[in-house]
Amino acid sequence: MNSYKTIFPLVMIVILFTTNIFAATGKSLQNANNDPQDIKSLQSGARNFMNYCSGCHSAEYVRYNVIASDLDLSDAQLQENLMFNAQQPFETINASMPSMDAAGWFGQAPPDLSLMARAKSTDYIYSFLKSFYIDQSSPTGVDNLILAGTSMPNVLWELQGHQVMIGEQGSEHLELSNPGKMSEEEFDIFLRDTVNFLEYISEPIRNARRALGIKVLMFLAFFLILAYLLKKEIWKDVN
Amino acid sequence: MANNEKKQSENSNKLLNWIDERFPYTETMRYHITEYYASKNFNFWYVFGVLAMVILVIQLFTGIFLTMNYKPSATDAFSSVEYIMRDVEWGWLIRYMHSTGASFFFIVVYLHMFRAMLYGSYKKPRELIWIIGMLIFIVLMAEAFAGYLLPWGQMSYWGAQVIISIFGAIPFIGEALVEIIRGDYSISDITLNRFFALHVIALPLALVALIFVHIVALHEVGSNNPDGIDIKKYKNEEGIPIDGVAFHPYHTSKDLVAIIIFLMIFSMVVFFAPEMGGYFLEYSNFEKANPMATPEHIVPVWYFTPFYALLRAVPDKLGGAILMGLAVILPLFLPWLDRAKVKSIRYRGWIYKTALSLFAISFIALGVLGVLPAEGVYILLARIFGILYFGFFILMPYYTKIDKTKPVPDRVT
Repeated sequence: MNSYKTIFPLVMIVILFTTNIFAATGKSLQNANNDPQDIKSLQSGARNFMNYCSGCHSAEYVRYNVIASDLDLSDAQLQENLMFNAQQPFETINASMPSMDAAGWFGQAPPDLSLMARAKSTDYIYSFLKSFYIDQSSPTGVDNLILAGTSMPNVLWELQGHQVMIGEQGSEHLELSNPGKMSEEEFDIFLRDTVNFLEYISEPIRNARRALGIKVLMFLAFFLILAYLLKKEIWKDVN
Repeated sequence: MANNEKKQSENSNKLLNWIDERFPYTETMRYHITEYYASKNFNFWYVFGVLAMVILVIQLFTGIFLTMNYKPSATDAFSSVEYIMRDVEWGWLIRYMHSTGASFFFIVVYLHMFRAMLYGSYKKPRELIWIIGMLIFIVLMAEAFAGYLLPWGQMSYWGAQVIISIFGAIPFIGEALVEIIRGDYSISDITLNRFFALHVIALPLALVALIFVHIVALHEVGSNNPDGIDIKKYKNEEGIPIDGVAFHPYHTSKDLVAIIIFLMIFSMVVFFAPEMGGYFLEYSNFEKANPMATPEHIVPVWYFTPFYALLRAVPDKLGGAILMGLAVILPLFLPWLDRAKVKSIRYRGWIYKTALSLFAISFIALGVLGVLPAEGVYILLARIFGILYFGFFILMPYYTKIDKTKPVPDRVT
């Protein structure tokens, strides 16, 4: 009988986790290896985002002052380095480009990035940004290995350089044809910081939530001891 | 000093008497709490009833606070959820507790139902408790389904699209029925509004009322126990069952331990893995609903997947819908399908033990298959486990009758 008590919930938990592996998508993504607790990396990511992304992409749920307080930035730093499209620190991040115009120019409006990292994972965005290659037949001059036919141009070409596709179908890979301003390592760090920032804005409360969770669990563990002792005391006279 | 205390207790007695003359307060407390006797040998499986109550309270309270900030409209729903997550004080905690609570509700209710199957709690005289429990389960599924549309994410929208369209398979009235449910020709602002009304008023009211009746019926006949025997057979001079202990303080103090352990597991998810690997909060639900773009892979939330797998296992849409409905309804008839003389699995023979194990395995396997794409070997597997699932119920009158049972002891062990 005891086997029923233990095996059933265990089996359920194991299955819940292993199915996760099956559910993963087929395309092989590169690991972004970002750490949302690394404030320095998030600060660089914020700078990268404002300089390279926020021209076209909004982050309509994200407020500048929340970023400033979470990333240890002063009001002056915020005004000078990040707030290009806003007057007041409590404003949300809007793209400089009107989305109606963008839809006309690119075929579709650039998506809002507030929740992109939660919807697609940082690995996906990291791999996507690394996988542009030259394709003269496309209107933007590039295509993407992760998202074929994307309407996004390779915004980071100046930093990364140009890539071309090598190899036959099924074994194709990308190679740098002419280098950009950054070395490959530098560019990887640049992307890692950027997707790290995207992960942060997708859930700004993440770090606080984990910190609170430890306190809650410690309280409950203490409470559990008291409750257990109380139960033992009350059940003492039951045989 | 002593005089003062005496005076105080006299005063509180006065108040109690005043109330008792107008409302059966003391009587009710005795009948349901301090003098409700339940078996002293309850094990692990007996905590899920009280845990379901804990989750109900969590859902009601967090739900009230979510409603204060949520906007049920196709244009604002998605952003109002993000507003709750980012700008409302403690909004993220309220929302994660509610979304995690939904999944835990089903975990706990499935285990609660499995307990009844282990120890024959649905058998005479508790048939009505079981039937009301099944109604609670069905209302709970409707409640969860209506709630899942409210965040207005991609999976909310397309999941609802798929599940509502199942009703379209019903001959003659199907299409009209689908339009009545949606209130529109497609899922729209109107659908969202009516699902909001159902989720926050109609279904919770029905749920609370049914749970009330569930407990009243339980306290009328008394709780079952892991031995499946009647503890009221042996009473002491005071008329108290020898093997029973009062709900309060005995079972309440035991339940408190279980509740805290549960809250620890619950907190681990809320604070460290609120998405639970995409099962409690699906990743594509972080994208706003877009009627123009169908997601690659539409999967209902995990707690519906066993039934969803059965739906897809049948090539015919109507056949699949009927099978799915049957899978939900069939357990309702357990009290009459089960012909065994004993209640508890402890005294049943190998046939029922094997049948129940196969049933549990097939239910979990169908749940896993419901997440995977319906292709190739997965369809075959869904059919095999589907046959096992239905076989458990349909063959039950035969195998429970021929199964060799062991003698049941007089007193609880």
